[in-house]
Amino acid sequence: MSSVTTSLAPAAKVESATALPRRAISLTERLLQVNLWLVFIFFYAPIAVLIIFSFNSGRVVSQWEGFSLAWYAKLFSNRDIGLALYNSMVVAGVSTVISTIMGTLVALGMERFDFRGKLSMDSMLYLPIIIPDIAMAVMLLLFFVQAGQLLARIGFGFSLGLGTIILAHVAFNISYVAVVVRARLADFDKSLEEAARDLYANEWNTFRYVTLPLIMPGILGGALLAFTISLDDFVVTFFTSGPGSTTLPLRIYSMVKTGITPEINALSTLMLLASMVLVLGSLALQRK
Amino acid sequence: MTAVPVSKIELKPTRRRVETLQILGLIGPTALYLLLFFVFPLLIVFVYSFLKRGVYGQLVWEFNVLNYVRVFDTLYLSILWRSFVLALLNTLVCLVLAYPFAYYIARVENARTRNLLLVLIMVPFWTNFLIRTYAWRVILANDGPINLILLNTGLISQPLQLIFTNFAVVVGLVYGYLPFMVLPLYAAIERIDFSLMEAASDLYANGWQAFRKVLFPLSMPGVIAGSILVFIPSLGAFVTPDLLGGAKTVMIGNLIQGQFLTSRDWPFGSAFSVLLMLMVLGATLIYFRKGGRTL
Amino acid sequence: MSKTQSLVVMLILALLVSACGAAPAAPADAPATAGESTGGDAAASGRCGDPSKLSESVSFYNWTDYLDPEVLNMFTAECGVKVVYDTYSSNEDLLAKMQAGATGYDLIIPSDYMVSIMIQLDMLKELDHANIPNLANIYPRFAEAPYDPGNVYTAPYQWGTTGIGYNEAEVGGIPDSWDYIFNPEVAQKFAGKMSLLNDQREVIGAALKYLGHSMNSVDPDELEAAKQTILAIKPYVATFDSDSFGDLLVSGDVIIGHGWSGGYFQDIYASDNENLGYVIPKEGGVIWTDNLAIPKTAPNPYTAEVLINYILDADIAAMITNFNYYASPVETAEPLILDEIKQDSGIYPSEETLAKMEFLRDLGEGTLLWDRIWTEIKSE
Repeated sequence: MSSVTTSLAPAAKVESATALPRRAISLTERLLQVNLWLVFIFFYAPIAVLIIFSFNSGRVVSQWEGFSLAWYAKLFSNRDIGLALYNSMVVAGVSTVISTIMGTLVALGMERFDFRGKLSMDSMLYLPIIIPDIAMAVMLLLFFVQAGQLLARIGFGFSLGLGTIILAHVAFNISYVAVVVRARLADFDKSLEEAARDLYANEWNTFRYVTLPLIMPGILGGALLAFTISLDDFVVTFFTSGPGSTTLPLRIYSMVKTGITPEINALSTLMLLASMVLVLGSLALQRK
Repeated sequence: MTAVPVSKIELKPTRRRVETLQILGLIGPTALYLLLFFVFPLLIVFVYSFLKRGVYGQLVWEFNVLNYVRVFDTLYLSILWRSFVLALLNTLVCLVLAYPFAYYIARVENARTRNLLLVLIMVPFWTNFLIRTYAWRVILANDGPINLILLNTGLISQPLQLIFTNFAVVVGLVYGYLPFMVLPLYAAIERIDFSLMEAASDLYANGWQAFRKVLFPLSMPGVIAGSILVFIPSLGAFVTPDLLGGAKTVMIGNLIQGQFLTSRDWPFGSAFSVLLMLMVLGATLIYFRKGGRTL
Repeated sequence: MSKTQSLVVMLILALLVSACGAAPAAPADAPATAGESTGGDAAASGRCGDPSKLSESVSFYNWTDYLDPEVLNMFTAECGVKVVYDTYSSNEDLLAKMQAGATGYDLIIPSDYMVSIMIQLDMLKELDHANIPNLANIYPRFAEAPYDPGNVYTAPYQWGTTGIGYNEAEVGGIPDSWDYIFNPEVAQKFAGKMSLLNDQREVIGAALKYLGHSMNSVDPDELEAAKQTILAIKPYVATFDSDSFGDLLVSGDVIIGHGWSGGYFQDIYASDNENLGYVIPKEGGVIWTDNLAIPKTAPNPYTAEVLINYILDADIAAMITNFNYYASPVETAEPLILDEIKQDSGIYPSEETLAKMEFLRDLGEGTLLWDRIWTEIKSE
């Protein structure tokens, strides 16, 4: 199948475009656009509700009682929630950077080369996605505790905390990044790299100027996925955390005793606002 | 497809060694990391799965395989089946919604706009999961916006029961996992030369055939990666079904988590996890290879 | 970004303040907030134990917002000990974490049944009563509780009940019996508008109580009968929910629900709706306590004991109850507790009602049978 299409490619590039009847495109096009908007509405509808309820004067996140900024005031006087947010950001940020680098490298290796033990490596890459959260959480906790005691004997003791949470998050995030990057790399057209090499570019330059830009959308997608998963993880984080390393999800899940209040909506709203400002800001900077 | 092995044969002996070094450099760090922080701890689960639960939930070091036998109980198998069907349904709905969406974004001319759209997909998910789920409860409530609109437009005369139904569960799951489908699909579709589509349209004179014979096969790696990322995690999902579906059924995720927490039967929970992992891993590898071959 | 940075700065400042020692820093901000509770500074000398034995910080593992944060600020100001406050979301989560050997926490708050499990698993340190003189302040009921008679390992923190939350106008009366939930003919009227806790011990336990059995039964026949009872009313249940039952009642998604007292009260008191209420069924129900305990692995057990003693102080105990609407086991705190809380029979039930309440106990081997029955109920 693909060989047919590949042979079509050069000819198609020149001829197509103008030959197509305009109307046929615009119908498909319109459907695609409708779908785009529907999906975006789907993504943002709960977010709109969430933002509205951050201004609720009532205590409950699902019954509107009146407008108030009380929950924002409460949020700003809450030192603990700020610390939890900080911890979450550190964990998600660091684990995303590490797992994106390692996940991209391993994806390149897996898609480029055949080697003995590839099937085992493949399995090892899928298992962190497959394993039930709770099993991974408990086993990592047991492992960290044992390792900590063992290392303490030779003077390298460590305790549970942000470090162990990050180690655990990297362990599952590598897999998510690798899957996304591999989807980009599969059937990667090697002719461009070979052309670069023929022009006497060294390996690094070939990678830097040819391969990397080509797979960048995959890397960006993988990184976004890793960051999102890490930011919202509860089970694994809970079991690998220690004193002083409570993250936002841990704090929020633990509100069940007294009920989740619109304070969390207020926090989420501010986080959304901050990310929007960051995204649009970086976009504006790039434009210059 | 056939071009790849050929270039391998042509490798000169000196490049062989370079290649080995490259493999080590690319795969080595992750292999070591996962061995230490995943496979090694995993052995703990494996060993536990052969132990026994003590009266107070402590471990008793008596080796046996009873935990594995217990998994094959019709009660548990029916739960597994239900979770499987739900995950499959979720994957299909996600695929249908995400594909045209990813395709549209992939064709946007400006690379910066593309990246912006990608980030905009993820931003909603940087809010807390519980809060998002509660928001869905508001939307689907009997006096929520959906029912309000339908009532006001006269399409219905009685509020529809949406919340605490299977419909709500599917909506919640699709919402939670849609980005997992969009990202790999986008990554795979974006590299496709779209003039191929137009050329194919010329040849087949039918957009659907062009999609089926050209675009879809070329985007297959994304479809596979996306369905793996959606199907597997949603197989273990249970908080969304509980909160939106009313927790009137048990999911495989509840069952396993319950063994580690409420029942404190770690050996049984471990055995269940090990079996589930083996089954899903086998299916994944087969699916992946098959998908890979059709290309 | 700038917000987290300023938070970091604030934290560093807080650290500095506590590092400088309590003596000069404390009076500046403590009395301002402690004013309403008869001035903390007078008792300061007695509430901090032996200052030379205190550690710099103490790790408190608890639920979010289960304590007025002001209490911890006061403790830090008075005694010069920084409190590192972390959170967990269920007794089971806590146990699993402790069982795997998590170290580093000085003070935890397990519920009654979890206390007995932890004692059996040898996880808790015996309390040195000499360091916790305020144990004398608690009601005798909690000094001789079945899960830890004589407070050998634990000191009660707060207590509550499990009962029925309702919307009086919609239900058409006060549902003061388990009949409203477990009798199919009555429950039918609330079809799709009723919630039960998503907790096997509570739901099966309540059904057992409705049938006249003990909530801790491990008798297979009694459990089978309870299962049939629950299955008969399951079609009318909108949702099994342990996290947001109060929300559901306030928002009108349900009109009658099974839930914990504190969860209902916080939402009911905050709502304007006069029809909402909470009642303990006349057949009785679950009484539970959350208890201050020190893990064997605690790095700073002495400081933890001082903090326990601090929390059991009448002023502080009253502050906590006035903050979260859970009843206090500290008898001497009673005069300081708000009247609206004290006089609410849902929070402070009569002696007569209390006599019919039961503590949940660990079921040992029976846990597996309960789990099986629960799974069957859910899968039907």
